[in-house]
Amino acid sequence: MADTPILLREQQYHQLKAVLARLRMDSSAKVVFLVDKDGQEIASQGEVGNLDTTSLASLAAGNVAATGGMAQLIGEKEFPTLSHEGERESIHISVIGRLLLVVVFDERSSLGLVKLRSKQVSHQLATMFDEIANGDYDDLDSPFAGITDEDIDSLFS
Amino acid sequence: MTFINYASREINCKIVYYGPGLCGKTTNLQYIFDSTAPQARGKLISLATETDRTLFFDFMPLELGTVRGFKTRFHLYTVPGQVFYDASRKLILKGVDGVVFVADSQEERMDANIESLYNLEENLKSQGYDLMKIPYVLQLNKRDLGNIIAAEDLAAELQRKGEPVVEAVAATGAGVFDTLKAVAKQVLTELRKG
Repeated sequence: MADTPILLREQQYHQLKAVLARLRMDSSAKVVFLVDKDGQEIASQGEVGNLDTTSLASLAAGNVAATGGMAQLIGEKEFPTLSHEGERESIHISVIGRLLLVVVFDERSSLGLVKLRSKQVSHQLATMFDEIANGDYDDLDSPFAGITDEDIDSLFS
Repeated sequence: MTFINYASREINCKIVYYGPGLCGKTTNLQYIFDSTAPQARGKLISLATETDRTLFFDFMPLELGTVRGFKTRFHLYTVPGQVFYDASRKLILKGVDGVVFVADSQEERMDANIESLYNLEENLKSQGYDLMKIPYVLQLNKRDLGNIIAAEDLAAELQRKGEPVVEAVAATGAGVFDTLKAVAKQVLTELRKG
């Protein structure tokens, strides 16, 4: 297969959450989350409440994929940021390598502030994710290593 | 691409339903959505045209249960089947863990099936995947209609590598969960290999 699975250790997860929490505070955002380009939500921080973050992650990835496709058609590699401004709620998405940093904000913040703060943490997130993607996970027991056919069948019973 | 989160003890995998226009990809997802308990699934997101043709994709997260203490969640996607949405189809295959090819059993759709299957192989290749290696199921849909090709003839024409073949009527749900189970099982077996 083309991609290897992303394995996220507990400590790495909490480090990512800490960066997101700081970004959320610095940018006065409602919710900040990190999504893989394939649409998998990696971590989120903020007033998630009833927000369907799984769907939002998938749609954000679809959005970036579609605009990335358009970028290539006009000779650009990709569009590194996307912003959608609504009447009350807005979304800013930054493409950081294989990651998407999604910030949801309202009138308590501004697009300029969100852009600035997102850019400030981009490098740090990219470095952290490189470590996650290229890490050595030999010490981690795969939850599927000892899985039996009966275990798999039980999911469908 | 599978994502294993050791902190929240979750495993997420991506399954894509592929096939020609109007073969029943969205109907498969709709049936799964309608017959699954709300706590086991998220919303069914459909990016469709005003005439309900898939424009970009349908998406539905489905939680199957727990394996060895890890929540096992499948993200189900469909692609737009119409020929001219090829750029979108390529994008949706990114990071795929397993593919279901939904074939339309009607005689007059045979060419469309073959073209779509060829398109799947090409698009997988462009994303760095090989149909011969990826978890894959062939679903023969619309078995309730009158003008259909015999299942064995259809399978002989469309089967690529001895993959499981499931006869289905997605509108009534026949074969829908068998198809999902067949592809999910292969994805989990791949994970076991590591």
